[in-house]
Amino acid sequence: MTSRTKGAARAGQYLALLAYLVFLVFPFLWLLSTSFKPATELGSLHPTWIPEDPTLANYRQAFDEQPLLRAAGNSLVAALSAAVIAVVIATPMAYVMARHRTLLARAATGWVVVSQAFPFVLVIIPLFLVLKNLRLINSLPGLIMVYVVWALPFALWMLVGYVRAVPVELEEAAAVDGAGRLRTLVSVTAPLLAPGIGATALFAFITAWNEFFFALVLLKTPEKQTLPVVLTHFIGAEGVADLGPLAAAAFLATLPSLVVFALIQKRITGGMLAGAVKS
Amino acid sequence: MTLATARARSGKAVDHGAWFLVLPALLPILVLSVGPLLYGIALAFTDSQSGRTEPTEWIGLLNFQDLRHDTLFWDSFRIGLLWAVGVTVPQFLLALGLALLLSQNLRFRWLARSLAIVPWAMPEVVVGIMWRLVYHPDAGILNETLRDLGFGEGRDWLTGLGTALPAVIVVGVWAGMPQTTVALLAGLQNVPRELHEAAAMDGAGAWRRFTTVTWPALRPIALAITALNFIWNFNSFALVYVLTNGGPGGRTRLPMLFAYEEAFRYGQFGYAAAMGCVMVAVISVLLAVYLVARLRGADER
Repeated sequence: MTSRTKGAARAGQYLALLAYLVFLVFPFLWLLSTSFKPATELGSLHPTWIPEDPTLANYRQAFDEQPLLRAAGNSLVAALSAAVIAVVIATPMAYVMARHRTLLARAATGWVVVSQAFPFVLVIIPLFLVLKNLRLINSLPGLIMVYVVWALPFALWMLVGYVRAVPVELEEAAAVDGAGRLRTLVSVTAPLLAPGIGATALFAFITAWNEFFFALVLLKTPEKQTLPVVLTHFIGAEGVADLGPLAAAAFLATLPSLVVFALIQKRITGGMLAGAVKS
Repeated sequence: MTLATARARSGKAVDHGAWFLVLPALLPILVLSVGPLLYGIALAFTDSQSGRTEPTEWIGLLNFQDLRHDTLFWDSFRIGLLWAVGVTVPQFLLALGLALLLSQNLRFRWLARSLAIVPWAMPEVVVGIMWRLVYHPDAGILNETLRDLGFGEGRDWLTGLGTALPAVIVVGVWAGMPQTTVALLAGLQNVPRELHEAAAMDGAGAWRRFTTVTWPALRPIALAITALNFIWNFNSFALVYVLTNGGPGGRTRLPMLFAYEEAFRYGQFGYAAAMGCVMVAVISVLLAVYLVARLRGADER
């Protein structure tokens, strides 16, 4: 290959990359732009990228129109509890799945795969009936229970990968030194797993923070609803929306996810989903 | 070799220590996931309804017989398949291109990688809201751009009978790009570098190197992620619920939206569960593809 064609190929690659980035980023920039526009500007037929008369009024109005703070509080409680509980109960199981090739471990792996394919409606109807009998409809504890179980498959998956990355020889050395199983787990394996457990918890948190379907079905009154459900109230029954406050609220709801994703970004690009497609 | 590893390698039954470690996760899974799934399948054979005073009765295949003649359901099923194919295929091709680019030694690659994940971090509801703003007939950037470029006055994309489904498909492609790209990037790490270099030395062009070296190594992961994406897309709900709520005139009513309405608006639990069962039946075929791809991928390593 001559250096000239090589240069052209490089230029083409950068151009393609730029096209991808424009496609991936422009809707987000538009959301931001819309959130700072006064109502007069949103009513005009010729919208611009940069608001001519930027304002924070939409953000104020968003809080006036819908109980955003309470909704964010509900989301925080639900997502945080679900993430902590899921990781606490998934870690020991993931450990067994990674270290013991038993029937149970195989069955669990199989379930993890199959559970990815459920249409949620087939699970939510019976869950709705059961939670109703337990008087857990329209309650955060009910939603948290659902979120924990829903987070378990990918939590197990990620954690199994992290456990496998810890050399088994380290544990054997501890066992030779006379440490029991639990002792080995707590003093040798757990510290090495800590970053992986943290990433898994953050990922579970974000998934629950973003979740919509279960929250929509299980939470009936505005006082109990989570942020994604409350966001849809900004879109009126006929789909007519107050665009400014809608954009402002939507942007605010994304901030926590963006921050957490920035924190675990290295681990994501490192192949989080690879677990789902590798064994 | 210690006792623990001997046990691990021989694959004998779980010892008591392991049971103790497994139970905290296993119980919730059985009670809140496996149990409801079986209960849900059973409900499909009953006349369960919300607010019914008389007890629920076993009605055999009646729900399924009704489903057979429910043209609205088959419409939504067809739309679901169209949507799933329409999202999965372009998404795979675009993500493959992006993954190949990101595996090159380009400047600003780190920035591109970070930005490429942004759609993944956003709640689906926000993604839907965001694209409503993009598609907005007056205040949206899409129509304004088209106006600027001289393509007329633009349209009402999400409420037009012909444009609604393509419009939501574009959003679906956008929203799922990061996951697919990340999975393919991970797959590209399996591509043997030496083989690549050897092929280049032999004078193989980029396309030849892709078809003879990259693709064979990537194929198991590509197949698995495509099957999974198809399943996820077929089952998706939030995005289209926010964008069009199934409209206009049911043109974007995915099976999940249909089943949701049937169950939680009209209270037809049994009937909606039967829909779920039909969906599972279709998905099982793809799940089989996915499992086979996974197993073959594991063998080749």
